[in-house]
Amino acid sequence: MSALGYAAVDGWVVTKRNLTKIKRLPDLLIFSTIQPIMFVLLFAYVFGGAIKIEGVNYREYLMAGIFTQTVAFGAAITSIGLADDLQKGVIDRFRSLPMSRSAVLVGRTTSDLLNNGLVVIVMSICGLLVGWRIHTDVARGIAGFALLFAFGYAMSWISATIGLSVKSVEVAQSAGFIWLFPLTFLSNAFISTDQLTPWLQKVADWNPISSIVLALRDLWGNSAQGAMRGHGFPAEHPIELSVLWILAILAVFLPLSIAKYRRAASR
Amino acid sequence: MAGKLSGGRPTLAAVTAAIEVERLVKLYHDVHALDGLDLEVPEGTVLGLLGPNGAGKTTCVRILATLLKPDSGRAAIRGVDVARHPQEVRRMIGLSGQYAAVDEYLTGFENLVMIGRLYHLGRKESRARAADLLERFDLTGAANRPTKTYSGGMRRRLDLAGALVARPPVIFLDEPTTGLDPHSRLGLWDTIGDRVRQGVTLLLTTQYMEEADQLADDIVVLDRGVAIARGTPDELKGRIGGERLEVAVVRRDDLAAVASILKGVGTGEPTVDQEGRRVAVPVADRVAALTEAVRQLDAADVELADIEVRRPTLDDVFLQLTGHAATEETTGGEGGKA
Repeated sequence: MSALGYAAVDGWVVTKRNLTKIKRLPDLLIFSTIQPIMFVLLFAYVFGGAIKIEGVNYREYLMAGIFTQTVAFGAAITSIGLADDLQKGVIDRFRSLPMSRSAVLVGRTTSDLLNNGLVVIVMSICGLLVGWRIHTDVARGIAGFALLFAFGYAMSWISATIGLSVKSVEVAQSAGFIWLFPLTFLSNAFISTDQLTPWLQKVADWNPISSIVLALRDLWGNSAQGAMRGHGFPAEHPIELSVLWILAILAVFLPLSIAKYRRAASR
Repeated sequence: MAGKLSGGRPTLAAVTAAIEVERLVKLYHDVHALDGLDLEVPEGTVLGLLGPNGAGKTTCVRILATLLKPDSGRAAIRGVDVARHPQEVRRMIGLSGQYAAVDEYLTGFENLVMIGRLYHLGRKESRARAADLLERFDLTGAANRPTKTYSGGMRRRLDLAGALVARPPVIFLDEPTTGLDPHSRLGLWDTIGDRVRQGVTLLLTTQYMEEADQLADDIVVLDRGVAIARGTPDELKGRIGGERLEVAVVRRDDLAAVASILKGVGTGEPTVDQEGRRVAVPVADRVAALTEAVRQLDAADVELADIEVRRPTLDDVFLQLTGHAATEETTGGEGGKA
């Protein structure tokens, strides 16, 4: 078998191992689903009355933002999983085996992607119940979800780099998540960037989260119009920019985390 | 991959040692974890690396298992350099660490199958091998339970079995019994003696003199990254003295009588500690010596404060070899009292 073939097989063996944990510890999935459902309900019913975006139903506007935030936070569990494996010495065992050097990371990011997929399905049902609809066609609807998962997968590799750097579950639990709060809130996920002061507006417009969210809204027909979309290049080419962001994140963090893994020492 | 095997390195026939280590140096923040270590382990033998925490044992194993790069020096497994051809080395080694690196949510069977597949044994072979190893390590009954439910001893056995999955010719055991209760430790020694060392080359690190004595053909004593003594267990014990019978008395007047009785049961001259009211003598057979001593001391109407047979501990080894004690926490409770 070729090196690439082994990389795929080894990656799948590790993925299966990680999925077994979800199967044996279902609470994990239940609690990672409760939070986004809570967010949908809180924003739809508590903030929904206070936040007005002209020309669009706020609950529909909101869903792309919540999806993106959830997937970004969901990707952060990659850092916890890897830190846990490092701490328990499992990575030492893996590194002493003649397996592909990328398999542990490919396996971890893949199982977290599937985990994210389940959460998104539950959220979609919840969104449909509060009145969210896809107004375009099937192809654009699917393209939206594909973009969402691609973004989640790319975020997992950032998270992998963090997990291999901090080396302890306790630190990963905060280091893996803390930066996501400003990243997801300083964007168009819950508000229109048009409502921000000029310099914050600039930051929020160029925030990759905003590009993904806007791309999803465009693909699903949930977008606001005019200045409420955002400003300048990011507002005009959200899909292209989203794809570029995803590729850029992968180009930097995929090799970086594999390099970290090769040198990873648990203690 | 196979083409790389003929890359100008010595062929197997020309290599006598399964593990070779030459002037190995590893620095952590300017402190020498290893400071020019040399080792040579012939095929099919067991080397015990004995030393306290921080002596460099684990660093040495980590370098040999390709987990860590040395700063200088050379290490090779069956002639293959670990730093330059790590992936080839990984095909020849099995590692079982001191932290029992098994996945707690997988069953024992699933853990071993996973390791087999990552050695690229194939699905069928991996499953057959896993079932076979579980049987040999007395884990068949627990094969389909997540390892979370295993006892400490069972986890270590499973971890050991993991090192054997691909039948590697060279196996590293890093402190295989640290943290286990005495009963599990004895069980694991049997397992290693009967089922692990058969036909393989084994390098084992330990903090316990007794463990190295039980399992190793040769012992290297490590202190601060250098080897301070080498030899067979018997040679080392000869240098530091074997077991000692120690008697403490209530009345100082009895010391002379005790000394003459112990001279009769021991293999050397007794030493008398007037201040501590103790007499000690080296003995060959601990049970016979203790029985005989108690009988004669009782007949002589000596009132005893304490009597024990002490095995040489790591501290004794260190005091003898270096003049300084091994660190406190590494030697607690290992002085096999009788």
